[in-house]
Amino acid sequence: MQGYIYPNEYELQWSLLIVLYPYITGLVAGAFILASLERVFNVREVQPTYRLALLTALAFLLVAPLPLQAHLGHPERSYEIFMTPNKQSAMAMFGFVYAWYLMVVLLLEIWFDYRRDMVRWAREARGWRRWLYYGLTLGATDVSERAVAFDESAGRWITIIGIPSAFLLHGYVGFIFGSIKANPWWSSVLMPVVFLFSATVSGIALVLVLYMLSSMFRWRPINMACLEKLSQFLFYALVVDFSLEALDFIHRLYEAEESIEILAQMVESRLFLSLIVLQLLFGTLIPLVLLGAFSPGLRKGGFIRASAELKQLVFLTSAVLIQIGIFSIRWNVVIGGQLFSKSLRGLTVYKVELLGIEGLATTLGLLILPFVILWVLVKILPPWPEEAPGPAPSP
Amino acid sequence: MPQQVPRLLAVFAIAAAGLLLARGVLIPDTFGDLGHYRAAAVDSIAARPVKYAGRQVCGACHVDVEAQQVAGNHRGVSCEVCHAPAAWHASDPMSGKPAINRKRDLCVVCHAFNPSRPTGFPQIDSLVHNPRLPCIGCHTPHAPVPPETPRECGACHGGIARQKAVSPHANLECTTCHDAPQAHRDNPRAHRPTKPAERAFCGACHAGMAPEGPIPQIALESHGQPNLCWQCHYPHYPETSR
Amino acid sequence: MTDQGLDRRAFVGDLVAACLAAGGPVLLGAIRMAEGQAPAGAGAGYDPADHYYGMGIDVAKCIGCARCVAACKAENDVPPGPHHFNTWIERYVLRAGGEVDVDSPNGGLDGFPPLEGVGDILRTFFVPKLCNHCANPPCVQVCPVGATFITPDGVVLVDDQYCIGCRYCIQACPYGARYMHPEKHVAGKCTFCYHRLVKGLVPACVEVCPTGARVFGEVEKQPTPLARFLRFNDIQVLKPNLNTKPKAYYANLDGEVR
Repeated sequence: MQGYIYPNEYELQWSLLIVLYPYITGLVAGAFILASLERVFNVREVQPTYRLALLTALAFLLVAPLPLQAHLGHPERSYEIFMTPNKQSAMAMFGFVYAWYLMVVLLLEIWFDYRRDMVRWAREARGWRRWLYYGLTLGATDVSERAVAFDESAGRWITIIGIPSAFLLHGYVGFIFGSIKANPWWSSVLMPVVFLFSATVSGIALVLVLYMLSSMFRWRPINMACLEKLSQFLFYALVVDFSLEALDFIHRLYEAEESIEILAQMVESRLFLSLIVLQLLFGTLIPLVLLGAFSPGLRKGGFIRASAELKQLVFLTSAVLIQIGIFSIRWNVVIGGQLFSKSLRGLTVYKVELLGIEGLATTLGLLILPFVILWVLVKILPPWPEEAPGPAPSP
Repeated sequence: MPQQVPRLLAVFAIAAAGLLLARGVLIPDTFGDLGHYRAAAVDSIAARPVKYAGRQVCGACHVDVEAQQVAGNHRGVSCEVCHAPAAWHASDPMSGKPAINRKRDLCVVCHAFNPSRPTGFPQIDSLVHNPRLPCIGCHTPHAPVPPETPRECGACHGGIARQKAVSPHANLECTTCHDAPQAHRDNPRAHRPTKPAERAFCGACHAGMAPEGPIPQIALESHGQPNLCWQCHYPHYPETSR
Repeated sequence: MTDQGLDRRAFVGDLVAACLAAGGPVLLGAIRMAEGQAPAGAGAGYDPADHYYGMGIDVAKCIGCARCVAACKAENDVPPGPHHFNTWIERYVLRAGGEVDVDSPNGGLDGFPPLEGVGDILRTFFVPKLCNHCANPPCVQVCPVGATFITPDGVVLVDDQYCIGCRYCIQACPYGARYMHPEKHVAGKCTFCYHRLVKGLVPACVEVCPTGARVFGEVEKQPTPLARFLRFNDIQVLKPNLNTKPKAYYANLDGEVR
């Protein structure tokens, strides 16, 4: 600790778990927005990743409430958010936004998209799998052309509703921070927007990584047109994200309000590694250069002509660096906002526990869990284009 | 209607019904009575036990002590500051007596010299002021007065004395500049010391002497007119221009 | 056709019965008599509608003895130890070069370490801090479940039995007045000693202050010590730009105090 902090500020309130939560919901929102690119904007090239993106979103969405529950002082009372939500509180909206997104958007969209295949799998399977698939269809086994056309149309409408819902799911997290006037690091109009675009970036990057890894594990060739399109959207999203963060930075320095001194001290001392090195250099600038050079974002075919293998390596590297960068953004926002005192006169430290419910081990476990769930989902509802044809291209 | 619709509607209807049922059961009874909170919480907070009885309660029984206190310098000091929370004693006086710390370490909490305390608050330097003796040996705690008139100005004006002691004016006695009648020591606010009222007073040392001597010299007619000297220079630790 | 009709009627009948069974408790819950009630534990005749509390603090009178901090810890079972306070004392030391040093070792309970370099001190003083019981409280605004609230008599309280421990209110308080109780795992803060107010007593910190630096009473026009305090002093509040409308009123507050 240096300088002066209020006596009650010694203990950081929101820990690594609260860094994890926006990271996870960001991946959900981003993966869904990628899926909606194909469905609503007819970007045919990314069609091979459509179902994978939806299942990824679902796997992460199921894990999303867990870090929050682990962090609460009384998780057994968390139902109160549904029973007596305070309409003035952004956090109270969590329960409803989450429930809406899970039930009305994600589950419904997956259901409509997979229904025809689930009926087929129910008929072909034996034993408990037959009952599983039958149950998942909710008994709606009509696969006539009219019924399937209804699935198509319903899925499209849900995706259209889903895009603003995805914005809301992650944007409200940004609002939770951005609306705290007591904290000058958080209080900003740009916060929900920055959160949202960084979520989009991380979601696209995640699907890119998963698509590449799953193709490699299944010994299938990677569809380069799909990969290049993904990298192109990733590049555009990253440009917007970087511009927003640069705007925030410039605006802060220009206005130089009272908090600028302690915040500058904090960035230079406590956040140097996570902000300057990880978020800025490795997480944003290097991927911008790599993607700008190799993806079709700026010039068709990329600035630098390269073999498919090299491009795959570059895109994979960029996507992984981006994940690190986006996690660092969450760290810098959540932890950074608590490292300086509201007296604007001092800094404190955050010591991450190793074990314990808010520790590193729990966080790693919660990061691995969605991949485990995804593996189960992929087994039950295979998203691969070869095994079950996806939705017919929209007219 | 396509087969999907009634089945999906049924699922949502069940979920909605479940939520409504839960609300009826899980929302506490008094929630919303006074505002968006459980009104019974106010009751449970209001019912917490009281630990400090308060001066009036002590004075109801300890009439003579209270009478002594209101007339003395500790008239603003509540009994329980020194005697610890005593509501337990007030509700059952025969059950015991509140504790009292009769050693020095209690009184110095307030009265040890600290430059951040307001000027005029009685403070002593614990190391030199009758060291190791209990304070109550000379000062009755319920109506404390100094047992004898202070000899040094610094006894009451500790902050000023300490600043002056490290300043260029360290070797000047307070009485060099201030006329302090003896009555001031006994009744400070009624008989105030004087302050120099003319520039010529400081000029006695700071003008008209050898320029290369130890005392900084200025041209009295022009320097800093029309102000009095102490309107710019703090006499107890004078600032000098760069 | 007829069998289907019978099935349909039976189904509808079952559905109606289920709705009533579910709706019953919902209806009962929905019928509430909203009226102000005196809290249980109150002295006879305490009506919250008669009161709207505030505190006055005269910085020029504070001697930094921290008896208020000690009394609060004793009266309210505040966790012992240096990281949880309902109220605390800050010492400000402003030096001639422009530096400002602030400290609050153990909230002031252990006294303050001696100052070095007494010569270049420009101004130095003590400032008591506590929950400001804001009239526009940001902590109440952000509580997701309604576990923290402002009573009709102007006191911001926390419902220990309802708080889920999300810590949002602690983040939202601009004054550092709240903390997480290490054993109860709910938010904790100054309550203006509400359990004393309903019995006509003053908060413990006001009771024990030896110099009268803390003054308590009604914000609105009533004969209490606070009325005189507000009339005869130039009043400041902390962080007025945040529009929290604090009800802790400071007299002789230096501009360097945050």
